[in-house]
Amino acid sequence: MTPVSSKKTPFTFDSIEPESGLKAALGKSRADIIAEISASNLRGRGGAGFPTGTKWNLAAAAKVPPGGRKFVVCNADEGEPGTFKDRVILTEYADLVFEGMTIAGLAIGAADGILYLRGEYLYLRPHLEGVLARRRAANLLGKNVAGRDGFDFDIRIQMGSGAYVCGEETALIESLEGNRGEPRNRPPFPVDTGFDGQPTVVNNVETLAWVACILARSGQWFKSAGTAKSAGFKLFSVSGDCTAPGVYEFPLGVTVQELLDKVGGSGAKAVQIGGASGHCIPASEFSRRIAFEDIATGGSIIVFGPGRDMLTVAKNFMEFFVEESCGQCTPCRAGNARLLEGIEMLERGECSMAYLRELLGLCETMQVASKCGLGQSSPNAFMSILKHFRDEIMGRTAVAH
Amino acid sequence: MSAEIRQDVVGDTSRAPVSQIPKLGKKATGEAAGYIGGQVSATIDGHELKVPLGTTILEAAKSMGIRIPTLCHHPDLCVAGVCRVCVVEVEGQRTLQAACAYPITAPIKVYTHTQKVRRARRHVVDLLLSEHYGECYTCVRNNNCELQSLAKEFGVDFFRFGHVTEPRFEIDSSSYSVIRDPNKCVLCRRCVRTCIDVQEVGALEASGRSIGTRISTYLDKPLGEVVCINCGQCINRCPTGALHAKDASDDVWRAIEDPTKHVVIQTAPSPRAGIGECFGLPPGVPMTFQMNTALRLAGFDKVFDTNFSADLTIIEEGTELLLRLYKALVAKEPVAFPQFTSCSPGWVKFLEHFYPEYIPNLSSAKSPQQMFGAVIKTYYAQKTGIDPKDIVTVALMPCSAKKFECNRPEMDASGFKDVDYGLTTRELAQMIKEAGIHLPDMPKSDFDDPFGTRTGSGVIFGAMGGVMEAALRTVLELVTGKKVENLFENANIVPVRGFDGVRYVELPVTEVSPTVEPLIAHLVPNWDFLKGVTLKLAVAHGTANAKKVLEDIKAGGPFSKCHFIEFMACPGGCLGGGGQPIPTSPEIRAARAKAIYDEDAASEVRKSHENPAVVELYREFLTDGPCGHVSHRLLHTHYTPRGKYID
Ligand SMILES: Cc1cc2nc3c(=O)[nH]c(=O)nc-3n(C[C@H](O)[C@H](O)[C@H](O)COP(=O)(O)O)c2cc1C
Ligand code: SF4
Ligand code: SF4
Ligand code: SF4
Ligand code: SF4
Ligand code: FES
Repeated sequence: MTPVSSKKTPFTFDSIEPESGLKAALGKSRADIIAEISASNLRGRGGAGFPTGTKWNLAAAAKVPPGGRKFVVCNADEGEPGTFKDRVILTEYADLVFEGMTIAGLAIGAADGILYLRGEYLYLRPHLEGVLARRRAANLLGKNVAGRDGFDFDIRIQMGSGAYVCGEETALIESLEGNRGEPRNRPPFPVDTGFDGQPTVVNNVETLAWVACILARSGQWFKSAGTAKSAGFKLFSVSGDCTAPGVYEFPLGVTVQELLDKVGGSGAKAVQIGGASGHCIPASEFSRRIAFEDIATGGSIIVFGPGRDMLTVAKNFMEFFVEESCGQCTPCRAGNARLLEGIEMLERGECSMAYLRELLGLCETMQVASKCGLGQSSPNAFMSILKHFRDEIMGRTAVAH
Repeated sequence: MSAEIRQDVVGDTSRAPVSQIPKLGKKATGEAAGYIGGQVSATIDGHELKVPLGTTILEAAKSMGIRIPTLCHHPDLCVAGVCRVCVVEVEGQRTLQAACAYPITAPIKVYTHTQKVRRARRHVVDLLLSEHYGECYTCVRNNNCELQSLAKEFGVDFFRFGHVTEPRFEIDSSSYSVIRDPNKCVLCRRCVRTCIDVQEVGALEASGRSIGTRISTYLDKPLGEVVCINCGQCINRCPTGALHAKDASDDVWRAIEDPTKHVVIQTAPSPRAGIGECFGLPPGVPMTFQMNTALRLAGFDKVFDTNFSADLTIIEEGTELLLRLYKALVAKEPVAFPQFTSCSPGWVKFLEHFYPEYIPNLSSAKSPQQMFGAVIKTYYAQKTGIDPKDIVTVALMPCSAKKFECNRPEMDASGFKDVDYGLTTRELAQMIKEAGIHLPDMPKSDFDDPFGTRTGSGVIFGAMGGVMEAALRTVLELVTGKKVENLFENANIVPVRGFDGVRYVELPVTEVSPTVEPLIAHLVPNWDFLKGVTLKLAVAHGTANAKKVLEDIKAGGPFSKCHFIEFMACPGGCLGGGGQPIPTSPEIRAARAKAIYDEDAASEVRKSHENPAVVELYREFLTDGPCGHVSHRLLHTHYTPRGKYID
């Protein structure tokens, strides 16, 4: 599953005139910018799919404590296994992302932007700093941005610490503040109490790039692609057993089969949609749509060919979570460890049906009682693999030992 | 005489780190309500009520009499929301919510025990047990353990997800005071929050991730080798047996059973106000005289009152203060001001680690515990003709740091270890139970002579501001020549009392006595130098508050102008000490404080310098008076700069 970063389809981004989004935004009131985003029905591209316009409205309305200020944070932690589309965006469309951040700053009334960059992407930093310097020189950042009086905005880059959980927005904020990257209790949400206790918008790299496109074209234009509930285009990082892994753009609502046909994975046995925290879809369900109303994803698509052992697949994902749980809350810390032990029992043919039922009950508890999205979604892969490949898994004979 | 409390000087002494105070108020207090100024409707299990905006679901439910189980929540600590035992269903939300961490900011419908909720809670406990190694019947927290109670409450009858059958971690018993058994730890982090937020020591931290998460120390060193100040506040807030004090009761039993040993026990004021809790009594029922009987029944040869040496401390420390003032104001010698109290060994070690440059400000007077030990093995030994080598001194203290203190190498002024063993309130309760005694049923009896006079000034050492008040009662009488009763109603110097983290009080000395008491007449010629001086005094409890005061002093703020500051390591003072019964909470500490002030009010002698045993000691033994040569050898000590960085 080596990720391949190459761009496999044309991206809509290519057709956007540079800085036209920012220019359009500078000509609008703050409320109108947010209204345009809301009209586009853009939902977050980082995984959770929260409506971006709503998030910005909350942040714009949030009261700043005396002496405080608001922040825009771009989440470039991209830690979900099988995801690399943000890396491609940052490599090829960094201006678009910074443009989107600047628009966000204008819309919510923030003067500071922070790009939280995944530790492994350190090599991108010189390039990104170069882009920022160029933007500063062109007055696209700094004081009175692009001549708009009173609108000051600048962006700095902070490197991530390497833990997957730091992509969760409140853990990211803790990490930005120099603390252990552990998720906070929510509420309060970052739009109210974020970085440094100040109202903060956290958006995914891709979300911010689309923001710039939407301002350049229109909310209506964006909404005309995709489905009724899932507007617009989406980038997908495709890896695994297919002939043409890479980054693809499709409108949301594309079926799994359409996608597989494009990536050379037609004979697949199953597809993992949404990375380790996503769901595993068997061939019988390939007609389902990749969209918020059906199978949502932050962009990771992993194809499993006919030869894959699905229990091993489940085990790999579970090992990932046992490694990556921050260890703060009980259901996730101990739950993932128990699930992994369960998978190992299944491997040995030693797991009774009764215990398997207990484990599935535990999965449901983890989904509802864990403190953050990591623990809430960590059982997904195991549950869906067990659901769809039960015969394969339970058919294993006990290994004598 | 009027003392003025200066709230403006104190500022904000709330402790939670800003980022962790949810914007809409972390507590259902009037404060949170005042902040937002509104009420919001909460419907919990079908019952509706209005609560101040920002009230947590847990608090709202509590106010309606609905109990939600908790584990990582503690009334003294900021919210963690990590154990997930308290989850509830909130209408319209896919996931369950942690009741302890969820502030109500809009009308809400909550269900506290649906099937989904009950199963999740049960699973959480099952998971905790799957990681837990410990046998309840060999555990110090048997019958007083929150994990055990939860297991019982949820009807756990088997280990659903397995059970650890062998210890996985070594027990850390390197400290004189606090033992850590990570096998029993449920990672609730109450200890970490205590050490960081309440005490601002930061000896404990969470390290590792996922199943590798541990509570550890700097570089994983043994607790006895890091900046831990032995306050035991973490023990008091640990829900399980993962943290406990180093138990001295076996040693004490051995001494009692050794016919060649004369075993005396001194009992500090705070344990009396707390020990009843170990016998099922509500907090704040004093057990002073029942305890005396029980101690004799258990086999102690003499039962003395630490109040005696508390009074002695006041004389020594008060004299030291007057001498510093004299030197500064008359002799114009450089002296370290403010003078800091030194009777809390947790505070002393805190200063030695974090502010060693202020060691000269610490009173050189030993703590009451150590003064008593030194007096027993010298004066008392002489008086009774018992060879000091055959005397075993035991100290009943509300404190775990006292165990460290009695083992400090310099504490051997008598030629022997001045105090052999420190017992906590909890350990003594255990010993009394072992002796087959139900404490509340005991008839009352008095302390033994010669150190048994009941003085109120010693008793209030247990409460925050107590040392200050006791010192003032003596200093003011000496200096003004007036009875304190004529200066403050019933001699209650109320301005220095209370539970706020820091107090700052100004006390103008408008008139002075024409004569100097014979006891100290050789030290100061007259009191004229104090006439017109406004004494600036402060009280701080909890080392987080101590830190605030010290930082202010460093910055040359108002506290740097103080003359005398009482510091206590523990929130609420000794009655909230790390050796007191578990659990603890603001309400429990307030109840204990009341018991202490009641005992003070009922005392025959309420001023240290009027304690007849103290007067006699100076007449017979410490003949060169307070801060004289003998007293310096026996009753004063020195300190060790330790620094923050331990290698
Ligand atoms: C465990 C975990 C990891 C996450 N990692 C990322 C990530 O790497 N990048 C990202 O944009 N969002 C990540 N998210 C989602 C963020 O919490 C957040 O929802 C997102 O950054 C919001 O931006 P959006 O609304 O633009 O999607 C993660 C969430 C969880 C629970
Ligand atoms: S769910 Fe997992 S990652 Fe999230 S807070 Fe809990 S332990 Fe940490
Ligand atoms: S910590 Fe609690 S549950 Fe564990 S052995 Fe001790 S009493 Fe039992
Ligand atoms: S005894 Fe006090 S200083 Fe030591 S770890 Fe516990 S809370 Fe921290
Ligand atoms: S030692 Fe005690 S207080 Fe600290 S995390 Fe463990 S169980 Fe909680
Ligand atoms: S008590 Fe609420 S999460 Fe622990």
